[in-house]
Amino acid sequence: MAYDKFDILTSSAVPLPIENVDTDQIIPARFLKATERKGFGENLFRDWRYNNDGSPKSDFVLNNPIYSGQILVGEKNFGSGSSREHAAWAVYDYGFRCVISSFFADIFKGNCLNVGVLPVQVSSAFSDKIFAAIDEDPKTELTVNLNDQTVTIVSSGEQETFDINEYKKNNLLNGFDDIDYLLNIKKEVQDFAQNTPL
Amino acid sequence: MKKTLFDKVWDSHVVRQVENGPDVLFIDRHLVHEVTSPVAFLGLKNRGIGVLYPERTFATADHNTPTINQHLPVTDPLSANQLNALEQNAKEHGISHWGLGHEKNGIVHVVGPEYGITQPGATIVCGDSHTSTHGAFGAIAFGIGTSEVEMVLSTQCIMQPKAKKMRINVNGKLNFAVTPKDVALYIISKLTTSGATGYFVEYAGDVFKNMSMEGRMTVCNLSIEMGARGGMIAPDEKTFEYIKGREFTPSGAAWDKAMTYWETLKTDEGAEFDKELNFNASDIEPMITYGTNPGMGLGISQCIPTAGEIDGGEATYKKSLGYMAFNEGDDMIGKPIDFVFIGSCTNGRIEDFRAFASIVEGRHKAPNVTAWLVPGSHKVEAAIAEEGLLDIFTEAGFELREPGCSACLAMNDDKVPAGKYAVSTSNRNFEGRQGPGSRTLLASPLVAAAAAVTGKVTDPRELMEETAN
Ligand code: SF4
Repeated sequence: MAYDKFDILTSSAVPLPIENVDTDQIIPARFLKATERKGFGENLFRDWRYNNDGSPKSDFVLNNPIYSGQILVGEKNFGSGSSREHAAWAVYDYGFRCVISSFFADIFKGNCLNVGVLPVQVSSAFSDKIFAAIDEDPKTELTVNLNDQTVTIVSSGEQETFDINEYKKNNLLNGFDDIDYLLNIKKEVQDFAQNTPL
Repeated sequence: MKKTLFDKVWDSHVVRQVENGPDVLFIDRHLVHEVTSPVAFLGLKNRGIGVLYPERTFATADHNTPTINQHLPVTDPLSANQLNALEQNAKEHGISHWGLGHEKNGIVHVVGPEYGITQPGATIVCGDSHTSTHGAFGAIAFGIGTSEVEMVLSTQCIMQPKAKKMRINVNGKLNFAVTPKDVALYIISKLTTSGATGYFVEYAGDVFKNMSMEGRMTVCNLSIEMGARGGMIAPDEKTFEYIKGREFTPSGAAWDKAMTYWETLKTDEGAEFDKELNFNASDIEPMITYGTNPGMGLGISQCIPTAGEIDGGEATYKKSLGYMAFNEGDDMIGKPIDFVFIGSCTNGRIEDFRAFASIVEGRHKAPNVTAWLVPGSHKVEAAIAEEGLLDIFTEAGFELREPGCSACLAMNDDKVPAGKYAVSTSNRNFEGRQGPGSRTLLASPLVAAAAAVTGKVTDPRELMEETAN
């Protein structure tokens, strides 16, 4: 599935300082019944965001108009639980292009990379700084530069670098996906398949 | 070089290594279900490509299926649409499809092993995180996202970096009434839900050696709940015995050839792990969870820790207890409950129903409890009847439902209402996992049975001793 290229993003951010946010919170299972990839953003964090009668919960950050932006800042162990890629779709469809956390669950991180959401893993200390900066000024802007692999708090200039493998970086910078790559080596895969033991 | 079991299986499936990137990993077996596959099939259509090896993919409907009246049309139009999409996609691409009503239908991770699709040394993926179940056979098995489902359909490969390696040894003898589920919940409670993130786990030691294949599946199934990519156990005589003669297991000369490969599947003496952990079997008692992630578990006789006693964020901890309406320091024993769910790919196999029956036999379902007994497959359902367990359940006031994921993720009608407590043999106690506002206590089939007949959290050992006397 094609997605927009990612290079540099400067945006304010939405803070979610809760640990172990699992994908059942990001998108509850009952919203996984679609057969197409669209509209998942509406149900992002559904049960934290809305009451049972559909009215918004005023104390949830997505319903607080002072916070906005294309970056979601999460806490430790963000995206644990189910492998549902719908969680990453919901994040993307809502309008986030980047999630920052000091620790990501594996499958969620991989899913993000496959759908055009950049997961940026920072140190706990830097994560604390980001939360503090947003706390002080909700309009705090962050710059995420994929080419340089840096994330910067614009107001203070504080910066940290993050890891991403060259291959995935290149994919995101160009909007490529893994299937493009795999289809190109189909012959090699077929030769390999001939010799698999099972 | 000395290799671990994981190295052996992984390395033999690498088609190529991308420089500064992931490995291209060849996938032997691919399991699909109705929820995470439709967008992948749509992707193939949009690209104008087909399925490269349809004979390596197997489809079953489970996540979104009703567990009563399966012979009638599915009433929820969205669910029906998804089930139809799976059937159509399977048909169009020549993939075998075990849909609703099919004799082989059941939860994807239950039917895979039952029919011999799951084999030692294989790479197995599915768009479901509990694919780790199949690691019980010495396979590398893990959950993938829908983009990867599309990759496997179109190219039989995925692209992933090789995980780090962890070995978890549990030695000694398990205490009375301690089941494989308790062993897993105990390990998760020690490691937390992120303790094994980035690792692939091998389970080793007496406890796993002596465990049944069903038990090994339960343990490997829960690997994902400690954050691990997957878990595996080296195949042994028990493994070979289990798979022999199943429909998709090799036979004759092919079996002998496969055995030559399978017998090499163990970690070499002296092979290195990035991390190694040791636990004593005797430290484990029947477990139960009290919070909103599977790491928040404790021995059933203990009380809920205070925020000061646990690692990590106090605010998150308090939010979790608030959701459960529990207090720091509360005893777990005696807490009233409303629902009992026995089923799922964690504990929906025959051995689990035997354990449940061992306690409910001669007793009666508590009047305040709604119980859902959901077999993992038609095969399990049939065995329950054949072994006479169904009669025990009926006499004790329980009904058996039809197979599916059911209240494990509550995509169908089996939803625990808001505010109600459920003792569940499934794998996740996340907020709302079993229905919006539901409160889940994860436990073994024995603990679930004790709760089902007493209407509250009860130590199964008491009832078992009572029975023995
Ligand atoms: S039973 Fe639960 S965990 Fe297992 S496959 Fe079904 S939904 Fe997933």
